[in-house]
Order: sequence, then structure tokens, then C-alpha cells
Amino acid sequence: MQSLRNIYWLGTKELRSFFRDGVLLGLVIYSFSLAIIAQAQSNSQEVHNASIAYVDEDHSELSARLARAFLPPFFQPARAVAQKDVDRLMDVGAYTFILDIPPHFERDLVGGRRPELQINVDATAMVQAGIGSAYAEQILSDEIAKFLSRQDEPPPAPIGQVVRIAFNPNVVTSWFASVMGVISSTTMLAIILAGAAVVREREHGTVEHLLVMPVTPFEIAMAKIWANSLIIVGAVGLSLLFVVERLLRVPIEGSIPLFLVGALLYLFFATSIGVFLATIARTMPQLGLLYILVAVPLNLLSGANTPLESMPPWLRTIMEASPSTHFVAIAQAILYRGAGFDLVWPRFVATGAIGGIFLALALWRFRAVSTQSRS
Amino acid sequence: MRGEPAVRLRHLRHAYGRTRALDGLSLDIPAGCMVGLVGPDGVGKSTLLGLIAGAKALQDGGIEVLGGDIGAAAWRDEICPRIAFMPQGLGKNLYPDLTVEENIVFFSRLFGQSRAEGAARVAALTRDVGLAPFVKRACHQLSGGMKQKLGLCCALIHDPDLLILDEPTTGVDPLSRRQFWELVERMRRRAIREMSVVVATAYMEEAEKFDFLIVMNAGKILATGAPKDILARTGAASVEEAFVALLPEGGLAKKLEIPPRSDDGGAPVIVARGLTKRFGDFVAVDQVDLAIRRGEIFGFVGSNGCGKTTTMKMLTGLLDASAGEALLFGRSIEAGGLAARRRVGYMSQGFSLYSELTVLQNLELHGRLFGFPSREARDRIETLLDRFELKNHGDVLAAGLPLGLRQRLSLAVALVHKPDLLILDEPTSGVDPVARDAFWALLIELSRKEGVTIFISTHFMNEAARCDRISLMDSGKILATGTPSELTRLKNGKDLEEAFIAFLEEAGAARPLAETAPTPVQQPAPAKNPRFSPRRMMAYTIREILELSRDPIRLSYAIFGPALLLLVLGFGITTDVDSLTYAALDRDNSYFSRAYLSELRGSAYFIEQKPIADAKDLVSRLKGGDVSATIEIPPGFGRDILRRRPTEVSVWIDGAMPFRAETIHGYLQSMHQQFLADPAIHGLPPAPDPPADIETRFRYNQSFDSIYAMVPGAIALQLALIPAILMALAIVREKELGSITNLYVTPVTRLEFLLGKQLPYIILAFVDFLIMFLMALYIFKVPLKGGFGVLALGSLVYAAASTGYGMVVSAFTRTQIAALFGTAILTILPASMFSGLSTPASAITGMGRIMGRLFPMTYYLPISVGAFTKGLHFADLAGYVAILALFFPALVAVSFLLLRKQER
Repeated sequence: MQSLRNIYWLGTKELRSFFRDGVLLGLVIYSFSLAIIAQAQSNSQEVHNASIAYVDEDHSELSARLARAFLPPFFQPARAVAQKDVDRLMDVGAYTFILDIPPHFERDLVGGRRPELQINVDATAMVQAGIGSAYAEQILSDEIAKFLSRQDEPPPAPIGQVVRIAFNPNVVTSWFASVMGVISSTTMLAIILAGAAVVREREHGTVEHLLVMPVTPFEIAMAKIWANSLIIVGAVGLSLLFVVERLLRVPIEGSIPLFLVGALLYLFFATSIGVFLATIARTMPQLGLLYILVAVPLNLLSGANTPLESMPPWLRTIMEASPSTHFVAIAQAILYRGAGFDLVWPRFVATGAIGGIFLALALWRFRAVSTQSRS
Repeated sequence: MRGEPAVRLRHLRHAYGRTRALDGLSLDIPAGCMVGLVGPDGVGKSTLLGLIAGAKALQDGGIEVLGGDIGAAAWRDEICPRIAFMPQGLGKNLYPDLTVEENIVFFSRLFGQSRAEGAARVAALTRDVGLAPFVKRACHQLSGGMKQKLGLCCALIHDPDLLILDEPTTGVDPLSRRQFWELVERMRRRAIREMSVVVATAYMEEAEKFDFLIVMNAGKILATGAPKDILARTGAASVEEAFVALLPEGGLAKKLEIPPRSDDGGAPVIVARGLTKRFGDFVAVDQVDLAIRRGEIFGFVGSNGCGKTTTMKMLTGLLDASAGEALLFGRSIEAGGLAARRRVGYMSQGFSLYSELTVLQNLELHGRLFGFPSREARDRIETLLDRFELKNHGDVLAAGLPLGLRQRLSLAVALVHKPDLLILDEPTSGVDPVARDAFWALLIELSRKEGVTIFISTHFMNEAARCDRISLMDSGKILATGTPSELTRLKNGKDLEEAFIAFLEEAGAARPLAETAPTPVQQPAPAKNPRFSPRRMMAYTIREILELSRDPIRLSYAIFGPALLLLVLGFGITTDVDSLTYAALDRDNSYFSRAYLSELRGSAYFIEQKPIADAKDLVSRLKGGDVSATIEIPPGFGRDILRRRPTEVSVWIDGAMPFRAETIHGYLQSMHQQFLADPAIHGLPPAPDPPADIETRFRYNQSFDSIYAMVPGAIALQLALIPAILMALAIVREKELGSITNLYVTPVTRLEFLLGKQLPYIILAFVDFLIMFLMALYIFKVPLKGGFGVLALGSLVYAAASTGYGMVVSAFTRTQIAALFGTAILTILPASMFSGLSTPASAITGMGRIMGRLFPMTYYLPISVGAFTKGLHFADLAGYVAILALFFPALVAVSFLLLRKQER
């Protein structure tokens, strides 16, 4: 009983300390507001404002129509360039797409001679090049079909394919990026908050003070874990309600409380990692350096930024074991697809179990270090 | 004393926020003698010395130093080589990882001395101060006294006319203290020109030997004059008494009465037998035996680092003993467990309460942790607040308390749970004599009235004299134990201090200063102070490299961090979409529907999951993320095809990750076209040929494999992030640890400082580039299709730009942790979002475009991707290299303008 009370009171102390630390408080506010908005507006996952140019060697009505067919927001207005400049412009990355309309294109087309139209794509601009070239092909063939339909009505396709995108019908990046931003802020902050809380006590000598009292290292570490988890869960909830739903107008399908329960499970893992790192680092800067090495991969490889399926198998196997991966899956399932507990519980169990192992590890290290701390 | 004063103060005021540190000082400080500035901590001594040395910017009033206005930058530059300043704190302006010799050579370079001159001076100085045998020892391994001698060497490297020492002997044992003053005196006598010395000290007894005293309290001067004049004026026997008498509320303080202790003859409360602590090879505590009785005030006396704190920590159970045993209340600490801890109150060295909590919150927290019921705790806290006169400060943050009050709060906290034993580690360092007496009055009351055993460590001899018994400690060993008068008598000393010195000498710690031949007269340093000196710049470069080579964590991070991240990110971040899961709901189950689905099955991109049962299953499988796409084939699909009736396949794609959804969409469309064109479908007319062929040429990367774009991109990202962070840390470290003072008070210029520190990090970043380049070639198998020359040159210029970026960030931050996060946040966002890594730079709009344009990576990315994947050479990329080259001077210029040559 006294042990629980100690954990409670030490935790309230953590909360007070946190709200007095300007740097960390600022970091949390930034990460859950401005950083989310910046990511939501990045358009990095869609074709947006792509730069395109064309070489018109035909100078026909059709070639002019083709050049005008590329419209915002997907494309910038196409610019005319000379044939001889194409290579140089591609080399310096001035345009991602350059369309080449050959001489006599319209005449050959009308004459049924199947002329060839070429799109040069800078294949080093991965996302935009991949999706954008499909868009460009579609735009060009539609435009050609429209041009020809004056003379020849194409027969309706006998077998159609109706494609609908579930959960995000217009494939808007901000829907995806904002929630994933919340997830990555959660990982990044939970680790550093818990880690910094431990190192701060050590640097200020207060942890010694606690250890000569009837307080165990277990209680100290648990207090840090619950208090910092609570701070982040609060920040996540507020960020989802106000930044994601209100400000960015992203519709949230599922239950936010259910998601927050998942977040709490995940936070036990993330804060444990923080405590663990703090037992390795001697000083705050060392903690920061270690933290970047651990948190950046944990975050970038969780499936929030890039699909897990495409990683090499060895890396994928490792990341499948990471609670950050489960947490991303939980977030996508609940927040986008409106999944209920019946669908996500296996992920909850996995997160809790792996989190529990790390919690035990962190507590064990913390106890070992605390009883043998040199100054 | 001659006519012209060394320093002249006129109406000098200085404030930190609302706190007045100096309150209208006007004074002439005489030249050519030893001037002592005395007063307790926090009265403005350090501020005054910092202002005189030119380390702090003047706020109000005037100071003339060596005949000119120190407020004028031109005069500061001119006399800087004639002043030496040793800041407060043991070895504060020294570099702990450097050896004795390297430290002195560093200062020699800062003063522009040639290698030969520097070497000669190092040899002479180390011999003079007795450090010659230790020149190869790292500074952090030196004892406090040796550190201060080293500090003195560094200060005297350029034969200053004015030597300013800020509490050079605080925390140093009496013998080293005595030696230090002898040394200063000797150096002064030996100096080529006449040397004035201004010294601040908290040891009032030291001040009696100086030529001229300035007694300060609360930002004001209480008295000035020769020590004997001041004593005569106040009628006091010592400077300490004189100080108390000079206070506005002063009058000679009443002597602290210590009633005799009545021994109850019980078992000792603390027993240590053969207690030993080793850290590696270093023996911190060596065979300590103690027996402390109930109600006794037991003193532990010795210099910093002699093992007092370690012994106390072993007694409290914070450290395990390497050998021997420690018993509290007759039991070992572990056996006593939590119950024993309830009987102990501990006050660690330095303030160790929560400075972010208020006085009341601190007390309450401790009450709770000792499990007091809230009513009882409240009563107890009331009593303590009353007794320690903290009532009016209950809601003040502990951080905002003056030192004396903080110490009282610490003691109150240690007493919350009514302990039987108090272990106090240097509780009174930095507290003024009046507050110290009040503190002692409390201790005496606790001991005599309540029978609390008190084990206290101190380096003030007059406090030691108040204890019932003391142990004198040095280098981990107890030299002697007994009552103060016994010990004094044993050595026939005048007082306890002399007795202690005698014990130290006997123990061999004392190495009498070898009388050396006077230092051969050196050529005085050239008076001219060049605007830019490569030698001074290199002083910082060499030092940075030495430090880095001795900090394994920072060094390995610098070298392997980028490589490790590249490994993970290069493999992990990919925009290739494959191994997609899908499931089918075939409501037709005809030849045609099976043919349609087999098109998908044959695709390398898709992995089939078990078929969908019904519409409800379809929704839940999509929701749970089990499949990324579903294909639903309507009933009568095959029949409709045969009858040439229109029919539709319905596809749902999981839109949770937009670009993956788009890619799946593209795959499924082309799969559909393939089905339509498949000649295997009998009886259908062939699909009409398209009217025109649209050929998409994926240039530079025919296979459209993201690794060829991602690895060069990830290299650019690593080179943006880690060099910037390391650079920012390197500069802020100096601010946080205090060695930035050397920039303020030596002739080194801001530009020399910045470039000198940057150079090693540019080299490191370039090494990182080479490592990552080889990893790209051999681990990721990304070939270099273009020119290596332009890539290497671009990387070098880029390294200069990224480190410059970190340098600018460091100008805004004060602590290392803030520098770390500031740099990370300000780098990661533009690097990953706005510089072309995910979206081509040409497509970014708005704020992002501006941020991207101002970020060096935007111009390096085309070089990296161009040289690796696009097969470009110097002629193609010269434009980007040229823009990148502009960042370095621009960023250095900004940092230069933001960095101050004086502390605020």
C-alpha cells in the first residue's frame, strides 16, 4: 500500500517538474501542434504541384491541347522547352516530367498510324514519379480520346473495373500524415521525456536523496513511467481532438478512447525504453545522442512512413516485433478504418506483452544502476 | 602602493533580472599588491571580478583597468594580453580530458606564443609549481589543489600585469591552500614587471595575509583598507568577526555556546570497520574505521575529493563498500532495509531538492514518502517551517531561494521524519558566517536536546572546531581522530588548521615546494595583437580533436552514428510497393472469374489471403488491416462476358496510406488491362489498339527501384543532421561547463574560436561521407555512375554548411540538451520534408519552399543523387556546388554576429 502511495506521490512530483521545464514543455507543444500541421501540409504522399514541361515538335491543335491538359493541383502549368535542353533540364531536376510530342503527331494519329508520345520521368523522385506517370498517361490518353471522339466514338468497354478507395476516398495526404505525425511524436517524446526525467534527477543529485529514503528504485521508475505516459496520452488526446479533427478537418472513424487505451499500452513500452537509455547514458547530451540512434529507426521503420511489406525480410521480422509497428497498425485500424476492439485486440496483447518485457528490463537496469551509482 | 590604481570603479551597478548583484560601487584598487575581496558567496564578488576582467559586459557605471576604459572594445583588445583571469570553481576554465601539459599549451597558443616559447614556458611553470612530474596526467585526475596550481600556470603563461583570481582555494585542503598562496607570492616577486593581484575568497582567515582588503556584502562595500586597519576599526580579533561586526545589523556576534555532551554510554550509532571503496584502480576510501556515539556531533574534515562524500554514501547505502563493513544502529544497511532508512536524515553535498517544487511541496513530498498520515505531516511541517523561519517562503520555488535559505530547507527536509541520525555532507559551503552560526545553533540544539547523532563533513576549520570529535581525512585515509583540542595539542599547533597541516605533512601528502632557480627571463610576448591568428584558431582545433579522441561515446557516435542510421534507413525506407495482401470475393466462380483472379495471382506484387466469405467479412478484413485490397466479382460475370453484356468488377483499396493506395490502384488497373488483352479468354473480340502509344521513359533508374534514390538521399540526410548536432553541442558545451570564459578573457577572437571549433567537425563529416559512400557501393550496391570528384567536393562544402547550421543554432541555446533538440527539430523537418527528399524541390510551395531554399540539403541532394544515379559530372553540377559554397561564409557570419565576446 505504502508502495503504491509512493508511486503516486512521486508521480505527481514528476508532473509538477514537467510543467516547470520550459524546454520539454515547448517540445511537447511543438511536436503535437506545429509539427503535425507541417507534416499534414507536406503533400509528400500524393502528386501535388508536380513540375512538367513539354517539347512541341508538332505545333498542331492537338499538341496545344495536350500541353494544356495538365491542371493544378496535381500539376503545375506545363512549360514549353526546346528539344536540345531536355537532357540538361532533367539532369538538374528542374522538371520531374518532360513530355515529347513528335512532329506530325496529330496527322499520324488521325491517319491511324499509331504515333508514339514520350514522357520522360525523373525516376529519382520516387513517389511523384511513380504515381505521377500513371496520372500523366491517363490524362494524355483521355485527351487523345476526346480529340478523336469528334470523328470516331470509341466502343464502351465491355468489362469495367470500379475502384473505390476505402477510408480516404480522395486519397488526401493530410489525413494520413496528420495521424502518423501524432504517432511519431508519441514515440519520439515518450522516450525522451522518461529518459530526461531520470537523467535530470541524477544530474541534480535528487535521486540520491530519494534512495536514502524508504523508497525503492522500482517505485521511482514506475512513478516516472506512469507520469510521463499520462502527459503524452493527454497530449495525444488533445492533439487528435483539436489539431487533427478541428484544425485539419480529418474525419476520425473510430473511437478515440479505445485508441488512447492502445496508446497507453504503447507508452509503457516507450517510456521504459527511455528509462533504459537513461541508465546507459551518464549525461543529458549522451542520452540525447543515444536517443536519436534508437528513436529515429524505431519511428521511421514502424510502417508509419513507409510500408512494412517492402522492407527486406530480416528487417521486417525485427520491426514486426517492435511495439511501434503494432501501435501504427492499431492507429490506422481504429482511427481510419473505425475498427473496434474485436479486430485490434491481438495487437493490444502483443504491444502489452513486448512492452512488459521492456518494462521489466528497464526496471532491472534502473535498480542495478541506482544501487551502484558513482556520484 | 603607488599613486596610479590598477582598477578604478565608478558608480558600478550590475543586475541579473531583478536581482541587484552590485549596487553602486566606487573604489580605487591599488596596483602592485595583493588585494583581497572578501565576503560570503552571492554578494557580488564574482560579478565584480568578471567585470574587471572584461569577461562580463558593463551595465551601468564605469571601470578603468590599467589606465583605460574596460567598457571600450578597443581597450579590451589592447590590454587583454596583460590580464589573466582564473574563474571560480575548481578547474572551471580547464579542460578535464586534456593533460596538464596540453592545457597549458592550449593557453600558450591562445596568446599566440610560438611552439618553442610555449614549450619553454610549460617546462618552467610546471617546475615552479611542482606539477612537473604530472604533466602527462589528465586534468580530471588531479586533486583540487593540483587543479588550482594548474589553473595558476595557465593564468601566468603570458606574464600578466593584472592577475584576477576568483576563489582559487575554495574546497582545497589547508596545506594546498597554504602552498597556493606561497606560490602566488613567489610568482609575484619573480615577475618581470610589477604584477597586481586581485583575489576573491570566502575564507576570511586567508584574507588577513593580504595587503589590502575589500569587504563586501549584498552588492555593497562594507569596508576597505589594510587588514590590520579594519581589525582595529571594528575591534575584532579576526576578519570573520570583523565582517559580522560590519554588517548593518551587525555588532559583534555572540559566541556560539556549545553545552557539554553527556555520554549515555550506549552502543555506537555508526560503526565502520575497514571500510574501503575502489573505483577501478583508484582507491577512494581506504580502510576507514569509525565509531560514532548517540548524540555526538562528529566532524569529517578534509579537502574536496579526499573521500568524505564516498564514505558518507557508503554509510547511507548509496554505494556498496568494496571491502569492510558499515553498521547503522548496530546492523548493516542492507539488513536494516527500509526501516533503518526511516531513522536517517541525509543532506547531500550541493542542493539536492527539487528546485522546481516550492518549499512547502518539497516538505510535503518527503512527508508522504515517509508515509506520514496527512494530519501528522501537516503538524510536523508547520513546526519545521516555524523553527527554520521558512514560514514566509512556503510558496516560493526552491530554485528561487537564496543559498542560506536553501540550506535551511535541506536540513528541514532531512528532519521531516524525526530521524535519530543526521548525515550532512558539507551543508554550509557557500553560506555566509551569520547564517552558518544560525545553522550550527540548530545542530547543537538537535544534538543536545533531542539526542540526534550528527555526522557532518566540512572544510571550514572553525566549524570543525565546534564538533565533539573530528576525523581528519586525506586521500581516502583517516589521518587522526579525536576532539579538536586533543588534535591541536598533539601537534602543538596554534590552531586546528596548523595541526591538520602537520598531520598532512606527516602523512607525506605535503611535498614542500622545491626551491627552484628563478625562471629564466623570457622574451615578453609580442605586444601586437593580430586580427586573425591561425595559431589561436588551431589552439581550438587541436583541443577539440584531443577532447573528441578522449570521449568514446561522442567519437563513436560521430563516426558510426551516420553509418548505422544509413544502414537502417537505406534498407528500411523504401517507396517500392510490393508483397501486398489482397483477398477475393468471387460470387461468380466461373471460368472467367477464375481467369480474372489468376492474373492477380501471377503478379509478383500481390500475395493472396484466404477468400472473403461475405460482404460483412469484406468490411471487417479491410478494417482490421488484414488485407490492403479486395476484389469482388459479381454473380453472372462469365455469363455477361459471353453475352457481351457490360459487367463490372468491384475493387476496394485500403486508403490508410495514400501513396500505397495510389500505387495499388495503378497495379490493379494494368492487371485489368492485361486481362482484357489476354488471348486466353476465348470468344472475345481483341481489345482495340490504342490510337497512340504513350511511352513512359523512367530515366536514370529504369527499374524504378527506390534504393537508387533513397541511399543517396539518406546520405544527404545523415550529413545534415549529425554534424550539425555535434557542432552545436561542441559550442554549447563550453557555455554550459564554463570554459567559454577563455573566449572572453584571452586574445582569441570570435572568428578564430568558431572556425577553430568547426574545422574538426568538417573533417569528421567528410570521413562520415567516405564511410557512407563505401557503404552505398558495397552494402547497398548502388553504383556511382557520375563523377567522384564533384561528389567529394560537394560533400566537403556541404559538411562546412551543415556544421555552420549547427553553429547558428548553438547561438540561441544555453544548455546542451536544448542545443541537441533545437538542432534536431530545426534540421529534421526541412531535411525530410522541404529539401526534395520526399517531394521534388520544384514542387514544394509556400513556407516549405522558403524553408527548403534556405537549407543546404536542397542543394546537396541534386549533387548526391546526380553523381550516384543520374551519372552527372562536375560540369553538370557546378551550379549547385557554387550555391552550397555560399552557405559556409554566410552561416559563419551569422554565428559570428550572434556570439558575444563578453558575458552578459
